[in-house]
Amino acid sequence: MVNRVVTGAHYGLRDWLAQRVTAVVMAVYVLVLAVYLLLQPGFGYENWIYLFSGNVMRTFSMLFLLSLFYHAWIGVRDIVMDYVKPAGIRLLIHVLVILALILYTIWSVQILWGL
Amino acid sequence: MKFRIYRYNPDVDTKPYMQDYDLDLQAGDAMLLDALMLLRQQDDSLGFRKSCREGVCGSDAMNINGRNGLACITALSSLKQPIEIRPLPGLPVIRDLIVDMTQFFKQYHSIKPYLVNNDPPPETERLQSPQDRAELDGLYECILCACCTTACPSFWWNPDKFVGPSGLLQAYRFIADTRDQDTAARLDNLEDPYRLFRCHTIMNCVDVCPKELNPTEAIGKIKDMMVKRTV
Repeated sequence: MVNRVVTGAHYGLRDWLAQRVTAVVMAVYVLVLAVYLLLQPGFGYENWIYLFSGNVMRTFSMLFLLSLFYHAWIGVRDIVMDYVKPAGIRLLIHVLVILALILYTIWSVQILWGL
Repeated sequence: MKFRIYRYNPDVDTKPYMQDYDLDLQAGDAMLLDALMLLRQQDDSLGFRKSCREGVCGSDAMNINGRNGLACITALSSLKQPIEIRPLPGLPVIRDLIVDMTQFFKQYHSIKPYLVNNDPPPETERLQSPQDRAELDGLYECILCACCTTACPSFWWNPDKFVGPSGLLQAYRFIADTRDQDTAARLDNLEDPYRLFRCHTIMNCVDVCPKELNPTEAIGKIKDMMVKRTV
């Protein structure tokens, strides 16, 4: 294969946009949770149980985690693109990161819904 | 006045070094380029580019006290001594303050910096309304001095893949031109994780531009147009 600089992958916008949208979701979640916790003096184990007993908080948390994983995927991929030059090793790392994030997603469902 | 200037002549020196100079000069209204020209009278081996000496040609871009700028429009009185002068960062040094701009111009050429219009040329000129013409303000003034692009860490890291702020400003200059008919292809050309999206909006380009242009804003507008055509 000729060693040429190749660009023009024709993607980028979707990820750039997704990174912004997921950042907003995470910011809203953190803000809502922070305000909720500040309004509850003496927050303890029981309160945590109560907070996560309803599906609303579980779903919102799942949404937050999914946003975090997608956001992290784009960020980690950018770092790998900058620092790992051989395409084979880069692909391997990409696959490992994706698999890890899928596992985290399954694990998050298990934790949030106590499966 | 005291100066510390980056010196490197690949024919003679094994590695670059900083050379101290002393110049008997009152800052007054003088610009840095005036001082450099006096220094070259002292030491004719000192290499730097210059041409118009009034901030139009963009030849004498250099790193002045850690900040990119044009020597000809940087007042000596505004600089802290010793004035440390280095070549533009991120480009190969040919000699002293002279850098090899090949990579910079390659990126510039990659965005097709010319009007693409397939209609037969009219007898006089392709007219624009004053409003359409105003869209080009803040874009066409770029003098390609490379101050912005060589201040950009994304360009330092991926100079062969990331177009850089100057090239992207020029890209938007033609996207914004109502006489140009190549908008879709121009957007396609930039729809790439490296070429456009390596910009992480740190705005070094805006900070250093000697013509006070705003490449970050132009990049934002390109992204806006991509969003608009996608959603």
